[in-house]
Amino acid sequence: MDLQTAAQINSFLAAFVLLTAFGMLVQKRIYSLIHLFAWQGLLLSINTAIVGYVASKHHLYISSILTLSLKVFLLPYILHVLIVRLRIRREVETLVNIPMLMLIGLALVIFSYHLMAPVSELSKLITRSTLAVALATVMIGLLMMITRKHAVTQIIGFLAMENGLFFAATSATYGMPLVVELGVALDVLIAAFIFGIFFFHIHTTFDSLDVDQMARLKEGD
Amino acid sequence: MILLVLLGVPLAAALLLAFVGDRKLAPEINILGSAATCVAGFALALEVYEHGPMMAGGKFFFVDAFNVYLAVLTSFVSMTTAVFSRRYMRREREHGRVGQVRMRFYHAMYQLFIFAMLLCLLTNNIGVLWIAMELATLSTVLLVSLYRTPTAIEAAWKYFILCGVGISQALFGTVLLYFAAEKVLGEGGDALLWTNLNQVSGQLEPTVLSLAFVFLMVGYGTKVGLVPLHNWLPDAHSEGPTPISAVLSGLLLNIALYALVRCKVLVDGSTHTHHAGNIMMGFGLLSILVAAFSLLRQKDVKRMFSYSSIEHMGIATFAFGLGGPIATFGALLHMLVHSLAKSAIFFTVGHASQMHRTQEMDKIQGLFRGNPLVGWGLMFGVMAIVGMPPFGIFTSEFLILTATIKDAPLLTPFLLLGLGVAFAALFRKVQPMVAGEIPSHQRPLKVAHFPVLLHMALVLVLGLYLPDFLSQWFHTAVELLK
Repeated sequence: MDLQTAAQINSFLAAFVLLTAFGMLVQKRIYSLIHLFAWQGLLLSINTAIVGYVASKHHLYISSILTLSLKVFLLPYILHVLIVRLRIRREVETLVNIPMLMLIGLALVIFSYHLMAPVSELSKLITRSTLAVALATVMIGLLMMITRKHAVTQIIGFLAMENGLFFAATSATYGMPLVVELGVALDVLIAAFIFGIFFFHIHTTFDSLDVDQMARLKEGD
Repeated sequence: MILLVLLGVPLAAALLLAFVGDRKLAPEINILGSAATCVAGFALALEVYEHGPMMAGGKFFFVDAFNVYLAVLTSFVSMTTAVFSRRYMRREREHGRVGQVRMRFYHAMYQLFIFAMLLCLLTNNIGVLWIAMELATLSTVLLVSLYRTPTAIEAAWKYFILCGVGISQALFGTVLLYFAAEKVLGEGGDALLWTNLNQVSGQLEPTVLSLAFVFLMVGYGTKVGLVPLHNWLPDAHSEGPTPISAVLSGLLLNIALYALVRCKVLVDGSTHTHHAGNIMMGFGLLSILVAAFSLLRQKDVKRMFSYSSIEHMGIATFAFGLGGPIATFGALLHMLVHSLAKSAIFFTVGHASQMHRTQEMDKIQGLFRGNPLVGWGLMFGVMAIVGMPPFGIFTSEFLILTATIKDAPLLTPFLLLGLGVAFAALFRKVQPMVAGEIPSHQRPLKVAHFPVLLHMALVLVLGLYLPDFLSQWFHTAVELLK
């Protein structure tokens, strides 16, 4: 595979990562949301493997396998099990209307391109053009967390942000040093257990996973 | 070797306590583990004091004057908090607020939290620094929700989500930093070592580093609790068990600020402007003002003191942003004395709310008569925290104020306004709590004397006389941060 092809494949995958991010932003059904998240993980994993192959960075294979097992299989599985166990209703509503969300998302993409333009110019890597997409994925994940009022969707937004960060590391520098990658994966894993426990606590205490009900701690006057 | 002990003991203690569970000896093991950590901390400090900065584990760990004093502080306060926690948590168990499983969890996580904080301080790799910071958050999330009340769960959820979001921004900043470093240092783990980065900071790309600093500031700033990223802090600090509030307020905020300052040094070396400092000053000043005015409206005593923590972290951030030898010296001292005074206040507040079975300030009265140690401890703690002489916070705030008058005279009125309002607010709220007759719902309580007395004595001593070795340390640290 020559560099030109690899760069094209990389951009192609980046476009799909962004597409899944937008898909998650407006997806109302919780199962579809988890599937989208798994797809995003798969795209990232393929992308990482290709970059690792072209740039002959072998530690990227490890990151790729880690992403595959963690974000494509384990986390969606955990979420799935939790949803079945807690009997969560399938529809999840969004806060702002969907066209509005799309527009805000678009604005975030343009903003990311603007912010990353000087940085991409400095880079000589084949992946430099996708750095802005990575930041946009982080931002859209953030937007998702703000607009959703359901604990599970907030967590998926959080994990989507993490995907964006992983993508950013691959695009900017062909991945962080291995010790850092492993540490981050460990943190994500611990976080997964913690939110799993949390779902049960919230469910038993508030009888639903709507975060809206948690509004007791406000500033009194 | 000492490093290994310092990091190994809390980790081993965490495992041991997870096995021991809720036996009779668990609190004692907790204390013993923390005490051993503390001794190792002092030993490490002695070594650094005698031989200067050192590296260990193939440059993976790095100890200099700046982080060693924080490591000593962290291990010391975690020891005294473990002593306090023994009495406090026993009482909570008697009240039936926590059961066996949760006590096992509490002790194990407490030690893990200390391990994460020490790893944060001692690692040389800024990637690992990020990981340890996240670990510190994760280990305390479920401690905040330990009581499983609706408000506690809400607070912990907020803490988890907001800090998770914040810290993701810091990771993006770290990626950008690595991007800049890779060009100069080549790829691999060495390019993330702080010591290497510091040597070549002049060659790092300034545009990338100023952008990275914005992300790092937002990320670690969330953990420091700077306004407007502070929303999680009062909730998390007021709903968790009091020993956890004490270490969160006294230690974790310091660690996050430490991470921020380490990054600032690199950015300053690259950009040669006051860009990073200005951002920090802005966040700091805003935090001081907002927190000071929020103090006036508080009804919950622990919530009030967590706003006071925001204010004090604002002061330290502002001073680090201001830069210059006097302000930096003041900020370093401020981190030390604030941590000691604030954890002492939380100890007394914890006992006071146990005596009254509530955290509402309206219902807490007559502490002087009810329990002199708690009453006077709280009174002196508040006097220290608002910056009255002769306590140590007066010295640090005075230094910071002088530096402000010299370097940024236009900001002085705002700083003074913040300090003044906080002073008035805290005094007005605490006076009725300590004075007056004993109310009928107050119950006598066996309190932990030693931690409160020790902390207050240290704050007092540091206000009257700064030992030579400490001032020499601070001077070395000031040199490092220039």
